[in-house]
Amino acid sequence: MTAEVETPPEAKARSGHVPGEPGLWVFLLGDMVVFGIFFGTISVLRARHTEEFVTSQQTLHLHWGVVNTIILLTSSLFVVIGMHLARARHHRAPLFFLAAVVCGLMFAGVKAIEYTSLVQDHHTASVNDFYTYYFMFTGIHLGHVVLGMGALLVASRVARPTSTGTHRMAALEGVASFWHLVDLLWIMLFATLYLVR
Amino acid sequence: MTDSAATENPLTVAAMTGSVLKNSATRASAIVWAALVIFTLLSFVLGGEHVVDNGKLAAAIVLGIGAIKIRLVGLHFMELRHAPVALRAVFEVYCVLLFTALMGIYLFA
Repeated sequence: MTAEVETPPEAKARSGHVPGEPGLWVFLLGDMVVFGIFFGTISVLRARHTEEFVTSQQTLHLHWGVVNTIILLTSSLFVVIGMHLARARHHRAPLFFLAAVVCGLMFAGVKAIEYTSLVQDHHTASVNDFYTYYFMFTGIHLGHVVLGMGALLVASRVARPTSTGTHRMAALEGVASFWHLVDLLWIMLFATLYLVR
Repeated sequence: MTDSAATENPLTVAAMTGSVLKNSATRASAIVWAALVIFTLLSFVLGGEHVVDNGKLAAAIVLGIGAIKIRLVGLHFMELRHAPVALRAVFEVYCVLLFTALMGIYLFA
């Protein structure tokens, strides 16, 4: 049983391997659809009120948005390496999950700097629809980051070579998939809020 | 030996004896990460700094790069390239639909 669960996905390319468990994907794909509606909502606002949108957009901190994108991409790489090490029951696997948590904290820190700066400049959520959507959608995403960091902390324990249980790799794959989703959703949130003019 | 060692997959044991950090799967992931960072900087330069004068073209570049990045994260990091065809297809359709819908809104809304 254990050997079957721990087979690297490469070895099962033919039949296909669902990362984590199928039930989780109902949630992950559902979340992707919900955020798809968010991206669409932002785009409709830009199309209908272009001038207000672009003026408000220029008050965002584009460089911080780029930094946060790279932080999340890097955290995803740490999780991928952590998964490779966990499959091999390597003692360093937990370290990489913890490194991803540190990235999550850095992301939240940057977001806090951005929020503080915007509020100090009186660009609050109540000013116009752009800021309402900005704070709402990035806030919901930040909630995902916090949830993901909690899951990664659990994963760092499960990833220890001594941890047992037949569903060890499935649990880790589930956490990893959720964390990559957080990364994936930020990519389009960043594009629609910060970049598309 | 313990039970867990007895049921260990031969592949897993082989991976343990070598350095996992230097194996090809990890190297491939690092290359994907580098591509994602380059795409991020590219969309920042092309979309954010008014390098491309045509607004529609700039939007297409930014949204297109976004969709490509999402696909890379899904296929390589979430390991959907090894997933059953149905799951992979749903994900691929999501990437295409997202780009098409957002571009459609940009052009026609």
